[in-house]
Amino acid sequence: MASSSSYNSPCAACKFLRRKCMPGCIFAPYFPPEEPQKFANVHKIFGASNVTKLLNELPPHQREDAVNSLAYEAEARVRDPVYGCVGAISFLQRQVQRLQKELDTANADLIRFACNDLPPRSPPRSSSSSASADEHRRPRLLPPPSSSAAAIFLSALLFSPMD
Amino acid sequence: MASSSYSNSPCAACKFLRRKCMPDCIFAPYFPPEEPQKFANVHKIFGASNVSKLLNEVLPHQREDAVNSLAYEAEARMKDPVYGCVGAISVLQRQVIRLQKELDATNADLMRFACNEMPSNSHHDHSQRRNNNMSGSSHHFGHNSGLYFGSPWSDHPDPCGDQRGGGGNM
Repeated sequence: MASSSSYNSPCAACKFLRRKCMPGCIFAPYFPPEEPQKFANVHKIFGASNVTKLLNELPPHQREDAVNSLAYEAEARVRDPVYGCVGAISFLQRQVQRLQKELDTANADLIRFACNDLPPRSPPRSSSSSASADEHRRPRLLPPPSSSAAAIFLSALLFSPMD
Repeated sequence: MASSSYSNSPCAACKFLRRKCMPDCIFAPYFPPEEPQKFANVHKIFGASNVSKLLNEVLPHQREDAVNSLAYEAEARMKDPVYGCVGAISVLQRQVIRLQKELDATNADLMRFACNEMPSNSHHDHSQRRNNNMSGSSHHFGHNSGLYFGSPWSDHPDPCGDQRGGGGNM
Protein backbone atom coordinates (compact mmCIF):
# COMPACT_ATOMS: atom_id res chain seq x y z
CA MET A 1 0.00 0.00 0.00
CA ALA A 2 2.34 2.76 -1.27
CA SER A 3 1.68 6.34 -0.37
CA SER A 4 2.70 7.99 -3.59
CA SER A 5 2.64 11.44 -2.10
CA SER A 6 5.48 10.55 0.24
CA TYR A 7 7.70 9.98 -2.78
CA ASN A 8 6.62 13.24 -4.46
CA SER A 9 5.09 11.19 -7.26
CA PRO A 10 1.41 11.91 -7.75
CA CYS A 11 -0.93 8.98 -7.23
CA ALA A 12 -2.85 7.61 -10.20
CA ALA A 13 -5.94 9.56 -9.15
CA CYS A 14 -4.23 12.93 -8.98
CA LYS A 15 -2.42 12.22 -12.25
CA PHE A 16 -5.74 11.43 -13.88
CA LEU A 17 -7.42 14.46 -12.36
CA ARG A 18 -4.40 16.64 -13.16
CA ARG A 19 -4.05 18.05 -9.72
CA LYS A 20 -1.37 18.26 -7.09
CA CYS A 21 -1.18 15.14 -4.96
CA MET A 22 -1.24 16.50 -1.42
CA PRO A 23 0.24 14.64 1.58
CA GLY A 24 -3.20 13.71 2.93
CA CYS A 25 -4.62 12.62 -0.45
CA ILE A 26 -7.32 10.05 0.30
CA PHE A 27 -6.66 8.21 -2.96
CA ALA A 28 -2.89 7.95 -2.72
CA PRO A 29 -2.64 4.79 -0.57
CA TYR A 30 -4.93 2.85 -2.89
CA PHE A 31 -4.23 4.11 -6.40
CA PRO A 32 -0.50 3.82 -7.02
CA PRO A 33 0.83 5.54 -10.16
CA GLU A 34 1.79 2.14 -11.62
CA GLU A 35 -1.89 1.19 -11.96
CA PRO A 36 -3.49 4.05 -13.90
CA GLN A 37 -6.27 1.90 -15.33
CA LYS A 38 -7.58 1.06 -11.88
CA PHE A 39 -8.48 4.67 -11.13
CA ALA A 40 -9.58 5.35 -14.69
CA ASN A 41 -12.19 2.58 -14.42
CA VAL A 42 -13.35 3.62 -10.96
CA HIS A 43 -13.62 7.22 -12.07
CA LYS A 44 -15.61 6.31 -15.16
CA ILE A 45 -18.16 4.20 -13.30
CA PHE A 46 -18.42 5.75 -9.86
CA GLY A 47 -16.86 9.20 -10.16
CA ALA A 48 -14.11 10.65 -7.98
CA SER A 49 -16.40 12.51 -5.60
CA ASN A 50 -18.58 9.45 -4.96
CA VAL A 51 -15.51 7.37 -4.21
CA THR A 52 -14.23 10.07 -1.85
CA LYS A 53 -17.54 10.10 0.01
CA LEU A 54 -17.59 6.29 0.19
CA LEU A 55 -14.07 6.15 1.57
CA ASN A 56 -14.72 8.90 4.08
CA GLU A 57 -17.63 6.90 5.46
CA LEU A 58 -15.37 3.95 6.25
CA PRO A 59 -12.75 3.42 8.92
CA PRO A 60 -9.22 3.52 7.43
CA HIS A 61 -8.54 -0.20 7.86
CA GLN A 62 -11.47 -1.05 5.56
CA ARG A 63 -10.66 1.35 2.78
CA GLU A 64 -8.24 -0.86 0.89
CA ASP A 65 -10.79 -3.64 0.55
CA ALA A 66 -13.46 -1.12 -0.38
CA VAL A 67 -11.28 0.35 -3.14
CA ASN A 68 -10.40 -3.09 -4.45
CA SER A 69 -14.02 -4.17 -4.58
CA LEU A 70 -14.96 -0.91 -6.31
CA ALA A 71 -12.16 -1.46 -8.80
CA TYR A 72 -13.42 -4.98 -9.43
CA GLU A 73 -16.96 -3.80 -10.02
CA ALA A 74 -15.78 -0.95 -12.21
CA GLU A 75 -13.68 -3.24 -14.38
CA ALA A 76 -16.58 -5.65 -14.72
CA ARG A 77 -18.89 -2.81 -15.72
CA VAL A 78 -16.40 -1.49 -18.28
CA ARG A 79 -16.20 -4.98 -19.81
CA ASP A 80 -19.93 -5.51 -19.70
CA PRO A 81 -21.83 -2.21 -19.57
CA VAL A 82 -25.21 -3.98 -19.36
CA TYR A 83 -24.67 -6.45 -16.51
CA GLY A 84 -21.33 -5.62 -14.89
CA CYS A 85 -20.43 -8.10 -12.18
CA VAL A 86 -24.11 -8.92 -11.70
CA GLY A 87 -23.68 -11.24 -14.66
CA ALA A 88 -21.16 -13.27 -12.68
CA ILE A 89 -23.51 -13.40 -9.68
CA SER A 90 -26.33 -14.68 -11.83
CA PHE A 91 -24.06 -17.30 -13.37
CA LEU A 92 -22.83 -18.45 -9.98
CA GLN A 93 -26.34 -18.61 -8.55
CA ARG A 94 -27.37 -20.89 -11.38
CA GLN A 95 -24.25 -23.00 -10.81
CA VAL A 96 -25.18 -23.40 -7.16
CA GLN A 97 -28.76 -24.39 -7.98
CA ARG A 98 -27.64 -26.86 -10.61
CA LEU A 99 -25.01 -28.44 -8.39
CA GLN A 100 -27.46 -28.72 -5.52
CA LYS A 101 -29.93 -30.54 -7.76
CA GLU A 102 -27.26 -32.91 -8.99
CA LEU A 103 -26.11 -33.54 -5.44
CA ASP A 104 -29.66 -34.31 -4.33
CA THR A 105 -30.03 -36.75 -7.23
CA ALA A 106 -26.72 -38.42 -6.48
CA ASN A 107 -27.57 -38.73 -2.79
CA ALA A 108 -30.92 -40.28 -3.66
CA ASP A 109 -29.16 -42.81 -5.89
CA LEU A 110 -26.68 -43.54 -3.15
CA ILE A 111 -29.47 -44.30 -0.73
CA ARG A 112 -30.97 -46.68 -3.28
CA PHE A 113 -27.70 -48.52 -3.64
CA ALA A 114 -27.07 -48.54 0.07
CA CYS A 115 -30.47 -50.02 0.76
CA ASN A 116 -29.95 -52.41 -2.15
CA ASP A 117 -33.32 -51.21 -3.33
CA LEU A 118 -34.60 -50.34 -6.79
CA PRO A 119 -32.19 -50.29 -9.72
CA PRO A 120 -30.66 -46.90 -10.51
CA ARG A 121 -32.80 -44.40 -12.39
CA SER A 122 -31.98 -43.45 -15.97
CA PRO A 123 -29.01 -41.13 -16.22
CA PRO A 124 -29.82 -37.48 -15.68
CA ARG A 125 -29.83 -35.09 -18.62
CA SER A 126 -26.38 -33.83 -19.43
CA SER A 127 -25.90 -30.84 -17.19
CA SER A 128 -23.78 -29.08 -19.84
CA SER A 129 -26.82 -28.71 -22.12
CA SER A 130 -28.92 -27.26 -19.32
CA ALA A 131 -26.07 -24.96 -18.36
CA SER A 132 -25.67 -23.65 -21.88
CA ALA A 133 -29.41 -23.08 -22.20
CA ASP A 134 -29.38 -21.22 -18.90
CA GLU A 135 -26.53 -18.99 -19.90
CA HIS A 136 -28.52 -17.54 -22.74
CA ARG A 137 -31.20 -16.24 -20.42
CA ARG A 138 -31.00 -12.82 -18.85
CA PRO A 139 -29.80 -12.96 -15.25
CA ARG A 140 -32.45 -13.85 -12.72
CA LEU A 141 -31.16 -12.77 -9.37
CA LEU A 142 -31.66 -13.60 -5.74
CA PRO A 143 -31.54 -10.58 -3.43
CA PRO A 144 -28.03 -9.44 -2.54
CA PRO A 145 -26.74 -10.94 0.70
CA SER A 146 -25.78 -8.76 3.61
CA SER A 147 -22.70 -10.78 4.45
CA SER A 148 -19.46 -8.90 4.31
CA ALA A 149 -17.21 -11.90 4.98
CA ALA A 150 -15.21 -11.53 1.78
CA ALA A 151 -11.81 -10.22 2.89
CA ILE A 152 -9.81 -13.39 2.25
CA PHE A 153 -11.54 -14.01 -1.05
CA LEU A 154 -11.03 -10.45 -2.15
CA SER A 155 -7.29 -10.53 -1.70
CA ALA A 156 -7.08 -13.79 -3.64
CA LEU A 157 -9.45 -12.74 -6.37
CA LEU A 158 -8.53 -9.17 -7.00
CA PHE A 159 -4.86 -9.86 -7.35
CA SER A 160 -5.35 -12.61 -9.87
CA PRO A 161 -5.80 -11.45 -13.42
CA MET A 162 -9.26 -11.19 -14.85
CA ASP A 163 -9.64 -13.33 -17.99
CA MET B 1 -42.12 -0.17 -17.64
CA ALA B 2 -44.00 3.08 -17.02
CA SER B 3 -42.91 6.21 -18.79
CA SER B 4 -43.70 8.80 -16.17
CA SER B 5 -43.27 11.72 -18.54
CA TYR B 6 -46.34 10.56 -20.51
CA SER B 7 -48.49 10.73 -17.42
CA ASN B 8 -47.23 14.24 -16.44
CA SER B 9 -45.84 12.79 -13.24
CA PRO B 10 -42.10 13.26 -12.89
CA CYS B 11 -40.04 10.10 -12.76
CA ALA B 12 -38.24 9.18 -9.56
CA ALA B 13 -34.99 10.60 -10.92
CA CYS B 14 -36.40 14.01 -11.78
CA LYS B 15 -38.26 14.13 -8.48
CA PHE B 16 -35.03 13.39 -6.66
CA LEU B 17 -33.09 15.90 -8.72
CA ARG B 18 -35.90 18.46 -8.42
CA ARG B 19 -36.09 19.18 -12.08
CA LYS B 20 -38.74 19.10 -14.77
CA CYS B 21 -39.22 15.64 -16.22
CA MET B 22 -39.03 16.18 -19.97
CA PRO B 23 -40.76 13.91 -22.50
CA ASP B 24 -37.44 12.41 -23.57
CA CYS B 25 -36.04 11.98 -20.06
CA ILE B 26 -33.60 9.11 -20.25
CA PHE B 27 -34.39 7.99 -16.71
CA ALA B 28 -38.17 8.04 -16.94
CA PRO B 29 -38.73 4.55 -18.43
CA TYR B 30 -36.62 2.89 -15.75
CA PHE B 31 -37.18 4.90 -12.57
CA PRO B 32 -40.91 5.09 -11.98
CA PRO B 33 -42.09 7.48 -9.26
CA GLU B 34 -43.36 4.54 -7.20
CA GLU B 35 -39.79 3.35 -6.62
CA PRO B 36 -37.94 6.37 -5.23
CA GLN B 37 -35.36 4.31 -3.36
CA LYS B 38 -34.12 2.69 -6.55
CA PHE B 39 -32.89 5.99 -7.97
CA ALA B 40 -31.75 7.25 -4.59
CA ASN B 41 -29.40 4.25 -4.25
CA VAL B 42 -28.13 4.48 -7.81
CA HIS B 43 -27.55 8.20 -7.45
CA LYS B 44 -25.62 7.79 -4.21
CA ILE B 45 -23.30 5.11 -5.56
CA PHE B 46 -22.91 5.98 -9.22
CA GLY B 47 -24.20 9.53 -9.62
CA ALA B 48 -26.83 10.74 -12.07
CA SER B 49 -24.44 11.89 -14.79
CA ASN B 50 -22.50 8.60 -14.76
CA VAL B 51 -25.74 6.64 -15.05
CA SER B 52 -26.87 8.88 -17.88
CA LYS B 53 -23.56 8.32 -19.73
CA LEU B 54 -23.77 4.56 -19.15
CA LEU B 55 -27.31 4.41 -20.49
CA ASN B 56 -26.36 6.42 -23.54
CA GLU B 57 -23.60 3.90 -24.27
CA VAL B 58 -25.91 0.88 -24.40
CA LEU B 59 -28.63 0.07 -26.88
CA PRO B 60 -32.18 1.10 -25.92
CA HIS B 61 -33.35 -2.51 -25.56
CA GLN B 62 -30.53 -3.18 -23.09
CA ARG B 63 -31.13 -0.18 -20.88
CA GLU B 64 -33.68 -1.79 -18.62
CA ASP B 65 -31.28 -4.61 -17.76
CA ALA B 66 -28.45 -2.13 -17.33
CA VAL B 67 -30.50 -0.04 -14.90
CA ASN B 68 -31.62 -3.10 -12.97
CA SER B 69 -28.08 -4.38 -12.62
CA LEU B 70 -26.89 -0.93 -11.50
CA ALA B 71 -29.72 -0.83 -8.97
CA TYR B 72 -28.72 -4.28 -7.73
CA GLU B 73 -25.10 -3.24 -7.32
CA ALA B 74 -26.07 0.01 -5.65
CA GLU B 75 -28.31 -1.79 -3.16
CA ALA B 76 -25.56 -4.30 -2.41
CA ARG B 77 -23.09 -1.47 -1.84
CA MET B 78 -25.51 0.33 0.48
CA LYS B 79 -25.89 -2.84 2.54
CA ASP B 80 -22.17 -3.55 2.51
CA PRO B 81 -20.11 -0.41 1.86
CA VAL B 82 -16.83 -2.35 1.96
CA TYR B 83 -17.49 -5.24 -0.41
CA GLY B 84 -20.75 -4.46 -2.19
CA CYS B 85 -21.81 -7.29 -4.46
CA VAL B 86 -18.26 -8.65 -4.56
CA GLY B 87 -19.17 -10.15 -1.20
CA ALA B 88 -21.94 -12.09 -2.91
CA ILE B 89 -19.52 -13.38 -5.52
CA SER B 90 -17.21 -14.60 -2.77
CA VAL B 91 -19.99 -16.43 -0.94
CA LEU B 92 -21.30 -18.02 -4.13
CA GLN B 93 -17.87 -19.16 -5.27
CA ARG B 94 -17.26 -20.91 -1.99
CA GLN B 95 -20.66 -22.58 -2.26
CA VAL B 96 -19.88 -23.79 -5.76
CA ILE B 97 -16.55 -25.25 -4.65
CA ARG B 98 -18.12 -26.94 -1.64
CA LEU B 99 -20.99 -28.40 -3.64
CA GLN B 100 -18.66 -29.63 -6.35
CA LYS B 101 -16.52 -31.42 -3.76
CA GLU B 102 -19.57 -33.02 -2.19
CA LEU B 103 -20.86 -34.08 -5.59
CA ASP B 104 -17.52 -35.62 -6.52
CA ALA B 105 -17.41 -37.52 -3.25
CA THR B 106 -20.96 -38.79 -3.69
CA ASN B 107 -20.28 -39.81 -7.27
CA ALA B 108 -17.18 -41.68 -6.15
CA ASP B 109 -19.27 -43.54 -3.59
CA LEU B 110 -21.83 -44.35 -6.26
CA MET B 111 -19.18 -45.74 -8.54
CA ARG B 112 -17.92 -47.94 -5.75
CA PHE B 113 -21.41 -49.26 -5.18
CA ALA B 114 -21.99 -49.76 -8.88
CA CYS B 115 -18.81 -51.77 -9.24
CA ASN B 116 -19.60 -53.87 -6.19
CA GLU B 117 -23.10 -54.60 -7.49
CA MET B 118 -21.86 -56.37 -10.62
CA PRO B 119 -22.14 -60.18 -10.51
CA SER B 120 -18.75 -61.96 -10.47
CA ASN B 121 -18.68 -64.04 -13.70
CA SER B 122 -15.61 -64.75 -15.83
CA HIS B 123 -12.77 -62.32 -15.45
CA HIS B 124 -13.12 -61.15 -19.06
CA ASP B 125 -16.84 -60.51 -18.76
CA HIS B 126 -16.32 -58.82 -15.42
CA SER B 127 -13.67 -56.40 -16.63
CA GLN B 128 -15.54 -55.67 -19.85
CA ARG B 129 -18.71 -54.95 -17.95
CA ARG B 130 -16.76 -52.79 -15.53
CA ASN B 131 -15.32 -50.79 -18.42
CA ASN B 132 -18.75 -50.39 -19.97
CA ASN B 133 -20.20 -49.44 -16.66
CA MET B 134 -17.54 -46.85 -15.99
CA SER B 135 -17.80 -45.25 -19.43
CA GLY B 136 -21.56 -45.20 -19.04
CA SER B 137 -21.26 -43.96 -15.51
CA SER B 138 -19.19 -40.98 -16.52
CA HIS B 139 -22.33 -39.72 -18.16
CA HIS B 140 -24.63 -41.05 -15.47
CA PHE B 141 -22.65 -39.58 -12.67
CA GLY B 142 -22.41 -36.23 -14.39
CA HIS B 143 -18.79 -35.66 -15.19
CA ASN B 144 -20.08 -32.73 -17.17
CA SER B 145 -21.76 -31.43 -14.10
CA GLY B 146 -19.38 -28.91 -12.71
CA LEU B 147 -16.51 -26.58 -13.09
CA TYR B 148 -14.07 -25.79 -10.39
CA PHE B 149 -14.55 -22.06 -10.32
CA GLY B 150 -11.39 -20.24 -9.40
CA SER B 151 -12.70 -16.82 -10.23
CA PRO B 152 -15.85 -15.46 -11.85
CA TRP B 153 -13.94 -15.09 -15.09
CA SER B 154 -11.60 -18.10 -15.31
CA ASP B 155 -13.83 -21.05 -16.27
CA HIS B 156 -16.38 -18.94 -18.01
CA PRO B 157 -14.35 -16.69 -20.28
CA ASP B 158 -16.79 -13.83 -20.37
CA PRO B 159 -19.89 -14.58 -18.31
CA CYS B 160 -21.02 -11.04 -18.57
CA GLY B 161 -20.39 -10.90 -22.30
CA ASP B 162 -22.29 -14.14 -22.97
CA GLN B 163 -25.35 -12.75 -21.26
CA ARG B 164 -25.24 -9.44 -23.04
CA GLY B 165 -28.45 -8.66 -24.86
CA GLY B 166 -30.18 -11.90 -23.94
CA GLY B 167 -33.81 -12.30 -22.97
CA GLY B 168 -35.35 -13.22 -19.64
CA ASN B 169 -36.01 -11.67 -16.28
CA MET B 170 -33.89 -9.95 -13.70
